[in-house]
Amino acid sequence: MFSPENLKRVEELRQRYPHTQALVLPVLWLAQEQFGSISTETMKYVAQLLKVPFSHILGVVTFYTMFRQKATGKYHIEVCTNVSCMLRGSAALVRHLETKLGIKLGETTADGKWTLSEVECMGACSGAPMCAVGEEYHENLTTETMDRVLAELEKQ
Amino acid sequence: MEKLLLPDIKDLHKIDVYEANGGYKALRKAVGMKPEEVTDEVKKSGLRGRGGACFPTGLKWTFMPKQTTKPKYLCVNGDESEPGTFKDRQIFEFNPHLMIEGTLIACYAMGITTAYIYIRGEYGKWIRMVEKALADAYQRGYVGKNILGTGFSTEVYVHKGAGAYICGEESALMNSIEGERGYPRVKPPFPAQYGLWGCPTTINNVETISNVPFIITNGWEWYSKIGSPKHPGPILVGVSGHVNKPGVYEMPTGAPVLEIIHKYAGGVPGNKGIKAVIPGGSSTPILRGDQLEGVCMDADSMKAAGSAVGTAGLIVMDEETDLIAVLARISKFYHHESCGQCTPCREGTGWLEKILNRFLRGEGRQEDVDMLMDIANNIEGNTICALGDAAAWPVQSMIRRFRDEFEKRVRAPQVPAEEEAA
Repeated sequence: MFSPENLKRVEELRQRYPHTQALVLPVLWLAQEQFGSISTETMKYVAQLLKVPFSHILGVVTFYTMFRQKATGKYHIEVCTNVSCMLRGSAALVRHLETKLGIKLGETTADGKWTLSEVECMGACSGAPMCAVGEEYHENLTTETMDRVLAELEKQ
Repeated sequence: MEKLLLPDIKDLHKIDVYEANGGYKALRKAVGMKPEEVTDEVKKSGLRGRGGACFPTGLKWTFMPKQTTKPKYLCVNGDESEPGTFKDRQIFEFNPHLMIEGTLIACYAMGITTAYIYIRGEYGKWIRMVEKALADAYQRGYVGKNILGTGFSTEVYVHKGAGAYICGEESALMNSIEGERGYPRVKPPFPAQYGLWGCPTTINNVETISNVPFIITNGWEWYSKIGSPKHPGPILVGVSGHVNKPGVYEMPTGAPVLEIIHKYAGGVPGNKGIKAVIPGGSSTPILRGDQLEGVCMDADSMKAAGSAVGTAGLIVMDEETDLIAVLARISKFYHHESCGQCTPCREGTGWLEKILNRFLRGEGRQEDVDMLMDIANNIEGNTICALGDAAAWPVQSMIRRFRDEFEKRVRAPQVPAEEEAA
């Protein structure tokens, strides 16, 4: 169930579009922000709320890579490995993170703290190599600066 | 040249600073003109789209029907997902009001009452910056009902993407706003006839729409004299890869590529030679380093050289770069981002990736080179949208211009690319 705040947001969103189905992406975003991931139960709830078939919601969730059906670790490190980052050492950065965290790309540490993923171009090519942790971009990374980012997060 | 899109003014993203520097005066001027005069001004200026296709913007605006009972829509395309492209983010961060002002002028010119600014989901921080700027513009009466007391009303909303390169394709973008999967639509009908919810719609790139205010302020003649006559105006060139100072640089169109690399981006580290450049984002055909003399950043010059301006995302590769590894990475990207509707793209992009990985493992065969070309040729032009072409062009151009690289790999397999690229 949505928080009262999110239910209010849904009503505001209804004013923005002439058809309710257009709310699917914004409402799935609200759901993911509130619950951390989008479970089958959540999809059913969104389907009911927007009067859109469940199958449609499932189709949308599985199409867009940013919608996730499983929760990630507390910190989700997404490393770009596309061309501009690759040319400036993203492979070494990935290897360093895999060694340091003891997990491979796509995995989460046993304590649920870190998830490591490879992502496509994030639009930060002048800061290559880069990674995002949540919405925060970390650019011009070396193994040293990456370690500092991890240490900062570790403290939180 | 004085910088127009990203001028060096502190805190320009704040509405007070933007207004103090002449902001929203172009909107005031535009609403005092007839809508068709505004469109005419943009048409005569020669402004061409900055999202990749270089289509004349004013001409696109004239495709919108004047007599219609349906509502009309504008989509501002800020999906910015083409590898090597990172310019629109600069506008969101440093000059969002310029984009909002351009959006409003475009809406006035075409009689549009609702605009959606579509921004890729990864840009969460920048979405909040744009939303803040938009809220301030609403508060000052530049957006919303009865704008500046003229009776003209337009609503502007931000729509957040969710991680799909294909949504930068205009018809996929519209489907995404409608709450669908980002599947491109068959054209015709074109968006101006049948766009969002079947209504007349225009889609313009963020940088394109941000050119509109100063065209209105200074007039089409002034604008048409900036840069290359057939592709005029300022352009944001994003330089990445093997350069000393990667970044987004504003310059008039038509700057020589070598000057961009050496003067703006500080040259190649270690003064190494340039093996190749991708001039306008990963889909544009790769150019050899030894063919760059005289090649300029405008549509005609790039076409003559056998490539395209695209998004002006220039990726520089020094003489030690493993181009097969670069191509394999590009092909992996297009395979990942193919929406899956059209067989040639869905299957072909996967085959390209697999065969290129064979080369990286040292298992590439002589006949694989021709097979890659054959697959690329069978994708190009055979799909609903241009993603198929975008996947084919890098492969075709790489084989055409660097066939020797593939042949060297057949004869003498190297270490895995991942190791080497690092």
